[in-house]
Amino acid sequence: MTDDRYWLRTRRLTIVLILIWTVVTFVLTWFAAELNGFSVFGFPLGFYMAAQGNLVIYLALIAFYNRRMRKMEDECGIADE
Amino acid sequence: MLASLTRLQRYYLLYSGGFLMFVGALAVLEQHGMPPRWIGYSFLIFTISMYAVIGIMSRTSDVSEFYVAGRRVPAFFNGMATGADWMSAASFIGLAGTLYLSGYQGLAFVLGWTGGFVLVALLLAPYLRRFGEFTIPDFLNARYGGNAIRLVAVGAAILASFVYVVAQIYGVGVITSRFVSLQFEIGVFVGLAGILVCSFLGGMRAVTWTQVAQYVILIVAYLTPVTILSWSVTGIPVPQVVYGQVLQQVQQMEDRIFDSPAEVAARRLYRERADEYARKIAQLPDSLSREREQLSSRINEFKASDAQVKDIVALERQRRELPQDPDQARLRWEAAMSAAAERAAPPVHHAAAFPGDGADGGWSQRINFLALVFCLTVGTAALPHLLMRYYTTPSVREARESVFWSLLFILVLYLTAPAYAVFVKYEVLAHLIDIPIAKLPGWVAAWSRLGLVSYEDINRDGILQLTELVLSPDVVVLATPEIAGMPYVVSGLVAAGGLAAALSTADGLLLTITSALSHDVYYRVFRPASSTQLRLVISKSLLLVVAVLAATVAAQKPGTILSMVAWAFSIAGSAFFPALVLGIFWRRATRAGALAGMIVGLSITAYYIFRVEAGSLAWPGLGSWQMQPWFQIGSTAAGVFGVAAGFATIVVVSLFTKAPDREVERFLNAIRRASPARDAS
Repeated sequence: MTDDRYWLRTRRLTIVLILIWTVVTFVLTWFAAELNGFSVFGFPLGFYMAAQGNLVIYLALIAFYNRRMRKMEDECGIADE
Repeated sequence: MLASLTRLQRYYLLYSGGFLMFVGALAVLEQHGMPPRWIGYSFLIFTISMYAVIGIMSRTSDVSEFYVAGRRVPAFFNGMATGADWMSAASFIGLAGTLYLSGYQGLAFVLGWTGGFVLVALLLAPYLRRFGEFTIPDFLNARYGGNAIRLVAVGAAILASFVYVVAQIYGVGVITSRFVSLQFEIGVFVGLAGILVCSFLGGMRAVTWTQVAQYVILIVAYLTPVTILSWSVTGIPVPQVVYGQVLQQVQQMEDRIFDSPAEVAARRLYRERADEYARKIAQLPDSLSREREQLSSRINEFKASDAQVKDIVALERQRRELPQDPDQARLRWEAAMSAAAERAAPPVHHAAAFPGDGADGGWSQRINFLALVFCLTVGTAALPHLLMRYYTTPSVREARESVFWSLLFILVLYLTAPAYAVFVKYEVLAHLIDIPIAKLPGWVAAWSRLGLVSYEDINRDGILQLTELVLSPDVVVLATPEIAGMPYVVSGLVAAGGLAAALSTADGLLLTITSALSHDVYYRVFRPASSTQLRLVISKSLLLVVAVLAATVAAQKPGTILSMVAWAFSIAGSAFFPALVLGIFWRRATRAGALAGMIVGLSITAYYIFRVEAGSLAWPGLGSWQMQPWFQIGSTAAGVFGVAAGFATIVVVSLFTKAPDREVERFLNAIRRASPARDAS
C-alpha cells in the first residue's frame, strides 16, 4: 500500500504547485499594468515580475518539488530507478 | 560515477579555459592589426572544428548510444546540454531584439520559455524517464496502443521540428553572411556542415557532448558585450541587477524624444502616407492605371526635355516595378500601408504593459499576451526535441534534477535578455537619435546592406528621428558590440555564440526528425525485423536528406525567426500536450480519444495559422483566404485554440468509447509507481 500513498501524495503535490504556477503566470501577469505603479529595485513591479521575479519563482517551484519528491521516495522506500 | 563526473567536469573546465585563452589571443592579435575578416574566420573555424572533434570522439554505432546517449548523462550536464538545445537562434539573436522593439510586450517570450519548464518538471519528465524508451511517439504508442497514434505523433513531431530547424539554419545564414562575408546561401550550407559533423557521426551521444561545449560558448558570448556595456554605462558589470536604473534613464529620454516637434512631424508624415495608400487601395483598379499613366507622361516629358538619362532610367524602373495587376497592387499597398501606419502610431514606453487605446483598457493586448504565454509554455512542455533529452539521464531522480539544472542554465540567458534590450535602447536613444544622417556610424551602413537596418529621412531635415529608424529584431544582439564601439573580437565572439545556439538546437531537432522517421516509422511500423546496423544506416542517410531539405528552405529566407519559432510551439503544444498529460494523469483517456484529440488540435492550429497569415504569404490567390482573427488573437498564439480543442476532444471522445483495458492499467501503475488499483493480480 505504500505505493498508493506515494502516487496520491505525488498527485496532491503536483496539483498544488501547478495552481501556484498558474496564479503566478496568468493571474499576476493580467494585472501587470496596475503592478507597474509600484517600484522595486528601481524597476516598475509589473515589468520586474515578468523579466525576473516569475523566473526565479519557477526555479524555486522546481527545486521545492524535487526536494519533496526525494524525501517522499525515501519515506515510501522507493529506490532511485 | 563520481570519478567520471569529476573527470567530465575537468574536461569541460579545461575546454572553457582554452576557449577564453583563444579569445584573449585574438584580442591581442587584433591590437597588432589582425584584420576583422580573419578574426571572423578564426572563430568560425575554431568553434566548428571543436564541435567536429567532440563529434568524432563520441562517434557511435550503438543504437542506445545513438538515440539516448546510452542513458549515462549526469543531471548537471544534461541540464547544460538541454540549455543549449533549448536556446535557439531565436533566443540568442531574436529575443533581445524583440524586447527592444516591443518592450514589456516581448516579455511573453521570456515568461513562456521559462514557465514551461515547470510543466516539464511536474507533469512529464519523471514519467517519461520512468517509461524509458527512445522517442515521444514510443510513449504515446505504449500508453494508447496502435500504430495510428504513432504515425500522427511522428507527423506532428516532424512538422514542428522542421519549421524550427529551418529557423535555425536561417540564423546561421544571417551570422555567416555578416561576419565572414559569405553569401547568404553559402553560409547556410557551411552551417549545415557544422550541424552534420556531430549529429551524423554520433547521434544523441555526440550531440549531447557538443551541446555542453556549445552552451559554454553561447553563454560567454551572450554575457560579454552586455557586461562591458553595463560597465561603461553604470560602472557596475552586472547588467541583470543594474538595468533598473538604466530603464529609468531610458524612460526620461523617451519622455523627451517622443514629443519633440521633429518626431511628431515625422509621425504625421507617415500617417499621411498610410492614408494615401488607403485611398489608393479604395480606388483600385483606377488608381493603378492612373499611376502608370502619370509615370508614363513624366517619362515622356523628361525625354522631350534634355533631362539626364539617369533620371529617365530611374523613372522607367519605377514604372516597371509597379504592381502587375490590381490583386498584386492590393497586397503590396496593404503591406506598405500597415508599415507606414505602424511607424505613425504613437510610441510606447519600454516598461509600459498593455498600452491599450483606453477604450477597452488594453483588454485585447492582455488577452493576446497571456495567450502567447500559454502557447509558449505548453509548447515548451511538448516539443519532442526537448522532451527527448530527459530520456538520457541515468535515473528518474536525475531526470527531475536535470530539469532544475536546465532551467538554471537557461535563466542565465533569459535574465540577461531584457537587460540587453534596455542597454541597447539606451545607446540608441543617447547616441543615434537626433544626429545628422550624414554622420551615422559605420555599423548602420554595414547592416543595412543586409536589409536588417533601414532609415528614411521622411521629413527631410537631414537628422535621424526615432520614427525614421527601423531595426530588425535579429540585428540588436549581433550589432551591439559595434553599437557600443567594442573591438571586433567581441563581434566575432557574439557571432560564434549565435552560431553555437543555432547549431546546437538544429542538432537536437534533426536528431528528433530522423529518429521519428527511422525508429518510429521504419523500424516500429514497417520493418520490425531490421538489424540494428541497417537502422543506423537508415537514420544517418535520412539525417542527411532532412538537413539538406531544411537548408534549401532556409535559403529562401522565409519570415522572421521569432514568428516562425512561435508557430512551431503552437503546433507541438496542440498536438502533444493534451495527449501526453491526460495519458499520464487520467486513466480513462482512450486510444480513440487521444487520436481524435491530436488530430483536431493539430488541424485547428494549422488552419488558424494559415487563415490568419494567408494574406502575408506571397502566393497569388491565397489572399482571399485571409480571415479576421478570433478574439483578436494573433497567429503566433494559434495554439490556444488547438490545445483547448485537443483537451476537450480527448475528454469527450474518451467518455464515449470503451474504458482502457488492463494493459493500460499496468502501464500507468508502472510509470506512476502506484500499486494496482482494482486489479489485484
